Amino acid sequence: MNTTMSLPAKAPDLPLQPRSAGFWTGVLRKLMRDPVAIGAGIVLLILVLMAIFAPLLTPHDPYQASMLKRLKPIGFEGYVLGTDELGRDMLSRLMVGARLSLFMGITPVLIAFVIGSGIGILAGYAGGLVNTLIMRTIDVLYAFPSVLLAIALSGALGAGIGNALLSLTIVFIPPIARVAESVTTQVRGRDYVEAARASGAGAVTIVRVHVLGNVLGPIFVYATSLIAVSMILASGLSFLGLGVRPPEPEWGLMLNTLRTAIYTQPLVAALPGAMIFITSISFNLLSDSLRSAMDVKA
Amino acid sequence: MLFYLLRRIVYTIPIMIGVAFFCFLLVHIAPGDPLAAILPPDATADLQQQLMVLYGFDRSWPEQFFSWFWRALQGDLGASIASGRPVAEEVFKAVGNTLMLACLATMIGFFFGSLFGFVAGYFRDSWVDRAASALSVLGVSVPHYWLGMVLVIIFSSWLMWLPATGAGPGGSDDWKWDWAHIQFMVLPALTMSVIPMGIIARTVRALVADILAQEFVVGLKAKGLTDFGIFAHVVKNAAPTALAVMGLQLGYLLGGSILIETVFSWPGTGFLLNSAIFQRDLPLLQGTILVLAMFFVLLNLLVDVLQTAIDPRIQRS
Repeated sequence: MNTTMSLPAKAPDLPLQPRSAGFWTGVLRKLMRDPVAIGAGIVLLILVLMAIFAPLLTPHDPYQASMLKRLKPIGFEGYVLGTDELGRDMLSRLMVGARLSLFMGITPVLIAFVIGSGIGILAGYAGGLVNTLIMRTIDVLYAFPSVLLAIALSGALGAGIGNALLSLTIVFIPPIARVAESVTTQVRGRDYVEAARASGAGAVTIVRVHVLGNVLGPIFVYATSLIAVSMILASGLSFLGLGVRPPEPEWGLMLNTLRTAIYTQPLVAALPGAMIFITSISFNLLSDSLRSAMDVKA
Repeated sequence: MLFYLLRRIVYTIPIMIGVAFFCFLLVHIAPGDPLAAILPPDATADLQQQLMVLYGFDRSWPEQFFSWFWRALQGDLGASIASGRPVAEEVFKAVGNTLMLACLATMIGFFFGSLFGFVAGYFRDSWVDRAASALSVLGVSVPHYWLGMVLVIIFSSWLMWLPATGAGPGGSDDWKWDWAHIQFMVLPALTMSVIPMGIIARTVRALVADILAQEFVVGLKAKGLTDFGIFAHVVKNAAPTALAVMGLQLGYLLGGSILIETVFSWPGTGFLLNSAIFQRDLPLLQGTILVLAMFFVLLNLLVDVLQTAIDPRIQRS
């Protein structure tokens, strides 16, 4: 009697515990075995650390201009990566620039992930008229190529960090909402949702307990694939003069102001773009690895 | 088929109205009074009143939208503030230049993209496959405005083979299909082609791998068909999807060319948008966006319809 009493007390959490922990540890283990994922992860970690500790690491003041030291080549007298068109240290500006560039690239996707998932899950779970209303509105925004939409919005709103972030967020909400809607619609039809409904669970409970856990993973993987695009677009807006304003260092803006120097100091002029490229390719590779580790179909 | 066609066209109409409404809103989300944004800074009270009536700001929102939309449908997109010329005239001149560049870029991208994709799909997990995959990741990750600059540095600054900016020795007005003009297109078109190249390579690789894994290929092999014969079957099966992706990419390039056109001072819609933004020329901004977005919607429709028409496997009810 004693043994039979103690057994069922342990049994229920046995299949639950390892499975819920097992999925994410499995994903992590797969990622750790993937050399591409590790490489991309290390690069991104370095970039993030560089951005966080930039004020402590910069060899020179990134805002200190010097008329005498304008456009010096790579390796000039203590200026490891040369100087820009106003004589400011490139290395310091690239380091500090990582802060705004990463912030402007990642934030819109994060906000759009929250809002887009919310809208998509609502549309997918509610179905019917609500779904039609939401998804047709989304279709209109989806009818614009993303670059055009971003430029249209920030062009009308005017230059500035806040407006650029707002425009990019609006650009990324429709694709995320579409994915969220389609995943939610699939999950809604599953037997366990039907069972929960039959047992009297309300819509909020069903979404919180049964839907969210199953849809957030795929939506998140999709959202990570947008970060690379967002980095390129955010820097692109600053490149056009629609995002960050001088003298703040940001890679896209630096690339724009250095355009005049492509004949005198081509290597220095190309540096900020190389930083954008490295960041976006790392995000793309990591997102691809995450996708295959989680086995989410494209 | 005909029913599908009709339904698809009818479905596009609300999207187009939505897109138009969005473009209409652009002027209204601009900070400050919409009229103040449109008015030149030295406007007289007389002109202000005149424009107020012209744009209908004295009327209600829906009224304003429909009268604007009605004029837009007739090809009247208002007048540019900077130049005073009709927006429609400016936009259509620029669209031609952008279209020329985007078509060339799409063709280059499609050719090399499907070449890489085919090779990668045929020899999966070989070094060719890995190289092609790496290339397609590079293609979608590169900030194309930076790639444009790098190409200018290499081919214009160092090698001095090609001109860096502009559209021909005499500008774009006397465009001719000779080398003196075409050489101005080479760098922007190459830069632009990188994006569709990566995406098409990825799509074609997946398609080819998918087709080769199907049973009918084994059947063809068993029948004794040559490799070339099987290749023809693969092409035929992959073509509709690959062409559809190509069509959509052309649309993305039309809308996304602004950054590349800015780098190369190419006198297309991107260049026009850029100057509209900096002169706060909102009618020009609105008109250009409207035309480009409508182009994109119609292209989507065309791609969908053509794909249904050429691919017998798609049976839509």
